Amino acid sequence: MDTLAQQLANGIILGSVYALIALGYTMVYGILGLINFAHGEVTMMGAMIAIAVLNALLASTLALPPFACLGIALIISIPACMLLGMSIERIAYRPLRNAPRLAPLITAIGVSIVLQNVAMMIWGRGYQRFPDLLPNQPFTFLHASLTPTKVAIVLVSTVVLTCLWLLINRTRLGRAMRATAQDGQVAQLMGVNINRVIAATFAIGSGLGSLAGFMVAANYGQADPYMGFMLGLKAFSAAVLGGIGNLPGAVIGGLLLGIIESLGAGYLGNLTGGVLGSNYQDIFAFLVLVAVLVFKPSGLLGKNTIERA
Amino acid sequence: MLSRLITAVFITACTILAAGCNKHDAPAANLPTQASQPETLTIRIGHAAPLTGPQAHLGKDNENAIRLAIDELNNEKISIAGKTAHFELLSEDDMADPRTATQVAQKLVDAGISGMIGHLNSGTSIPASKIYHDASLVEISPSATAVAYTAQGFPGAFRVMANDSQQGKQLAHYAVQTLGFNKLAIIDDRTAYGQGLADVFEKTALELGATIVKREFTTDKSSDFNAILTSVKGSDAQILFYGGMDAQGAPMVKQMRALGITIPFIGGDGVYTAEFLKLAGADAEGVIGSLPGIPLASMKGGPEFKQRFEAKYGVIQLYAPYVYDAMRMMAKAMQQANSIDPAQYRPVLAAMEYPGLTSTIRFDSKGDLVNSPVSLYKVHNGAWEFLQTAGGQ
Repeated sequence: MDTLAQQLANGIILGSVYALIALGYTMVYGILGLINFAHGEVTMMGAMIAIAVLNALLASTLALPPFACLGIALIISIPACMLLGMSIERIAYRPLRNAPRLAPLITAIGVSIVLQNVAMMIWGRGYQRFPDLLPNQPFTFLHASLTPTKVAIVLVSTVVLTCLWLLINRTRLGRAMRATAQDGQVAQLMGVNINRVIAATFAIGSGLGSLAGFMVAANYGQADPYMGFMLGLKAFSAAVLGGIGNLPGAVIGGLLLGIIESLGAGYLGNLTGGVLGSNYQDIFAFLVLVAVLVFKPSGLLGKNTIERA
Repeated sequence: MLSRLITAVFITACTILAAGCNKHDAPAANLPTQASQPETLTIRIGHAAPLTGPQAHLGKDNENAIRLAIDELNNEKISIAGKTAHFELLSEDDMADPRTATQVAQKLVDAGISGMIGHLNSGTSIPASKIYHDASLVEISPSATAVAYTAQGFPGAFRVMANDSQQGKQLAHYAVQTLGFNKLAIIDDRTAYGQGLADVFEKTALELGATIVKREFTTDKSSDFNAILTSVKGSDAQILFYGGMDAQGAPMVKQMRALGITIPFIGGDGVYTAEFLKLAGADAEGVIGSLPGIPLASMKGGPEFKQRFEAKYGVIQLYAPYVYDAMRMMAKAMQQANSIDPAQYRPVLAAMEYPGLTSTIRFDSKGDLVNSPVSLYKVHNGAWEFLQTAGGQ
């Protein structure tokens, strides 16, 4: 019972990070029909920039309280990543908007390799340590051992997801985004500046990614230039699982993937009688993904749309 | 991509430069010098270690140690085959990369070395050893610990450090006998190093009567261990052993403590690093790690070596005494065999008992150390502190 509760808690925490990153994929796909494979690297940059700012603040003579440091790190890293996301769109995707779909996919992979190497040049190939600023004393809640950092991850994710929901459904920008997603050309004829809408989409997605990167670094206590690859892949799978292009789908897909992964790693060894060890946890998660896609190709919440000609 | 391109250009440039140098040196090496009465015999010794990248500090340390040994040997003017021996160092950067290692190994073989000291890593020593074997050379690695290195049946492959099997055994003895735990949990990263170390740990612990209550696995690229740690928490394990490197070990300890798991954490030389202390921070406290060999301060002649080394090159990083021993021992074998031909001095080396800094070195039939102590260390007040040396004589 205790173990199950703990595994579920682990899954929800992991899942809420996946959900935040998955939103970045799904928003861009919804509007441009493009998989932004550089998104994982934006997440990594968010974590690395935040750590650099924190280290600079701690080394300075300011002696700020921990929460002020964390706040400043976020205030710098999120806009930096928003800017980064917008620049990626401007440089690597906009010139190719009418090119065959394969072309922006290749530039996306190119951008992600460039970002990884830039991070290695700036911060080195090694691991960066996230300073111990958050209280890490575990406490027990509903049979699960939690830390304030983990609770904060789930709470912040929930708040941010609600804000995003309101933004999409209750604001002018949100309406413009939905219109562009439905049909970019018609939206343009109706007076929507789709370049600005697309730039805003990239900015929001990258901001969410940056926040997720910050939370991953805070939770695991470290970050490195390669972290974006696996995180991006998992989040992308979460987006596909929930139905790519669908916002609630990304959230549900993220949570589901996190929980499946945790339970898989926790019980795989027992279920298979030791044939498959816990190092196969990723296989378990991806098997579920394949199964869902076989029976429901558009994902859990995705609409069965006909491919646009 | 960019970095690959730069590396390629750099390697090409280095190769051209080195080739140029060789042309220059070659006649000088073969010509007997007129000045010294007994003829001079130039002996080329190869050395390879990562001299760039994240392990550059360790590689440079090795290079400095062999340079110190060679300078001393040249000053001693030992005589081999009636000539005064003059050792010449050819040092190469293998970048800790298996592919680069085979390239530099071929380059050293082509340059006509008489003996090889290196490589630093197991991952580079294993593929490179095939090339030295094909050239019938003698290779002594100062620090490759993977069992596979000497298990290939190459008669010329030796090492002067305990292997992972000897290390895993001592760690298990410490956990079960000294600390008195008999319910153990084991996690490894499924690499040749991690899995090998964990398997020996498990086998020895079972022989000592302990039970393995949990065996979990991860990879050397993971960062989330909450799921496997939770199943460790659900068992009644009294200690957790991790076979793997510091980059996973450190976050694993942090996540363990965050899950409220208070049992001790023990690992091999992969976690006995300064990097581990940096990444794990306060949670590193009480963690136990190991390193083959004995601490420098308790080595015979260790403090004097430290003095000589530090006067020239600054602080010793890690493997310097082992490199020094490897070089001095190879020279001794050449002297005793009265030949620099590997076919002549290899049997002498294999049968030798050499009183080195690190221990009295004697090889078994595979080229591993017969007497191979392993030292254990524990994190205390944010620093590694010596606990005990086990095994050996």
